[in-house]
Amino acid sequence: MTQQYADGKFGKYGGQYVPEALMPAIEELTDAYERYVLENEDGFMDEFRARLRDFGGRPTPTQHAERLSERYGRDVYLKREDLLHGGAHKLNNALGQVLLAKYMGKERIVAETGAGQHGTATAMAAAHLDMPCEIYMGERDINRQRPNVFRMRLNGSEVNPVTTGRGTLKEAISETMRDWATNVEDTHYVIGSVVGPHPFPAMVRDFQAVISEEARRQLREQTGGLPDSVLACAGGGSNTMGTFAHFVDDEDVGLYAVEAGGSTLEVDEEAGVAPNSASLSTGEEGVLHGARTKLLQDSDGQIMESHSVSSGLDYAGVGPELAQLVDEERVNAVNVDDDCALEAFHRLSQLEGVIPALETAHAFGYLEENYEDLGETVLVNVSGRGDKDLETVIEETENRDIEAAPSLAEFSGGI
Amino acid sequence: MADDLDAAFADGPAFVPYLAAGDPDYESSLKYVEALERGGADVIELGLPFSEPVAEGSTIQNAVVRALEGGMTPDRFFQFVDDLDVDVPLVCMTYYNLIFQYGDEPGPRPFVERAAELGLSGFVVPDLPAEEADPLRDACDEFGLDLVFIVAPTTRGERLDRIMSQVSGYVYVQARLGVTGAQDDVSGQTEESLERLADYDVPKAVGFGIKTGDHAERIVAAGADGIIVGSALVDIVAEGHETGKSADAVAARLEEKARELKDGALRGYEQRVPQAEGK
Repeated sequence: MTQQYADGKFGKYGGQYVPEALMPAIEELTDAYERYVLENEDGFMDEFRARLRDFGGRPTPTQHAERLSERYGRDVYLKREDLLHGGAHKLNNALGQVLLAKYMGKERIVAETGAGQHGTATAMAAAHLDMPCEIYMGERDINRQRPNVFRMRLNGSEVNPVTTGRGTLKEAISETMRDWATNVEDTHYVIGSVVGPHPFPAMVRDFQAVISEEARRQLREQTGGLPDSVLACAGGGSNTMGTFAHFVDDEDVGLYAVEAGGSTLEVDEEAGVAPNSASLSTGEEGVLHGARTKLLQDSDGQIMESHSVSSGLDYAGVGPELAQLVDEERVNAVNVDDDCALEAFHRLSQLEGVIPALETAHAFGYLEENYEDLGETVLVNVSGRGDKDLETVIEETENRDIEAAPSLAEFSGGI
Repeated sequence: MADDLDAAFADGPAFVPYLAAGDPDYESSLKYVEALERGGADVIELGLPFSEPVAEGSTIQNAVVRALEGGMTPDRFFQFVDDLDVDVPLVCMTYYNLIFQYGDEPGPRPFVERAAELGLSGFVVPDLPAEEADPLRDACDEFGLDLVFIVAPTTRGERLDRIMSQVSGYVYVQARLGVTGAQDDVSGQTEESLERLADYDVPKAVGFGIKTGDHAERIVAAGADGIIVGSALVDIVAEGHETGKSADAVAARLEEKARELKDGALRGYEQRVPQAEGK
């Protein structure tokens, strides 16, 4: 298990760079995190685990992927977070935080969402625990992810479009922080990744760490040992940290955070655009959304517009603990581009009968290109399922020549 | 610390207007800031626009977008300060990442050094709470600049003591929870906040939501040493930009609005003076 950092710092990263109006709420949250999550006061963690089991469907399986194993000549295992309620790992964190808000006596939930996976998970958790909930989502993402918007509404949440900037995750986080600063006394902000001010990066990691806690145990039961390599896609980094947390101390296990290389790693400084979301691979140290971390920014420190074919990875920052683990060379920051991720999407769908989220597909793209370097046993986290991405996949597949893809012509223009 | 901010608060209430530098373009913005001084500004908070202004409401967010599209950068900002023809103290309001990234070494020192060379008096950094402020505080001490902190309605007890032990120049009293933006009423939290701060010997400037001379009057009458007004002035810049008014017409309107706010503050102070003499 990774360390606890009492001062909220991971090496030089982390911290609490937020407006003063939020600081008392952050102190209150830090206290609640330490008591309920770290010390299991009032049986908080017991209730959290029971709800993850009964409502969420945990544990999720660790599955031997037979055809991928055959293809790569080594044992490939899938941690099936796509089978968690809601279809992604996001519920682990959302359920934990909404439950914590209840223990703290808060009366209202706000959250940001990029792809809509965190928004839908928070909306489900809020309905399950009877809390009113408002979700902020960039207008562009709303248009890219209609089914998820609909699901949030079905669960009784309000969805507020964010029209500033390019209308993606970065703007949605800023707008949710503004709501929290206005309603801080009765509202909890359920942040969706291991980002933001302390205690969020540590707390979200702890809620997501159930992924690696289970996977490590399940793999030992099935193989008698540990994997040689563990792969997870990385945007903000919550599934990444959840998948790595219980392997960090196993020094022989290689950890690979696979970022979105987008269309290219080249940056257009003039336009303020990085056509990728590879902040661990190419970013520079800076301060954004409450934490010091690695960022996509120009030489002045203005934050760049990021890009990825998967909106869940489309963010200019990354969790501060991951930034530190990369600097320590414990985690390998790698990336694959949009084309590679789309090919991997189709390959996993055809070979294993698992339609992955486009975010997840990046990890399988890296596996395809680098399997020879990953040892005899490889664990890949299937962070989510791909139902939400079908429209994007049709559109993006039409623009490319992908060997593994079926003909999608009859679906052109929508399903 | 810097004597000029102390002096600005020494005689009567200080009127502290805010504009984003370069909104909507460099040349117009110079005229707008100079108009604020003619309208009675005692200190001017000059915004260096950052792409993620998390503490700002929509009015100032839009100003930031206009200024960035107009080409404002930290280096242009320093040029802007150099080109400005004003005598009142200038305080730079920006977010920490721009201060952190400036110059050849990481950290706030090169930015503060450059600001000192150009005669800026201090900083307000909305995303830098006291916990993270030591490096900037040290650089400000080295170069003789002030570091203004924001105190929110939620700031109490030990936190308040810690902030008040680090603040210099003036303390920015956030009149209400939430983000910046002009409001139609005076927040009831203002008086409570001023009472909490009464025993600290630092000038108290109230901001967030002040829109009219009447608001200014009531806040100064309640004990504020100064008023900070941003969005109500930025609204005039935005309206002028959208309707295609000349820069001179917008500047005249800003001067008029500044005068209204300053006069309101002076009226509020007159209501208070007998009290002050009675102490």
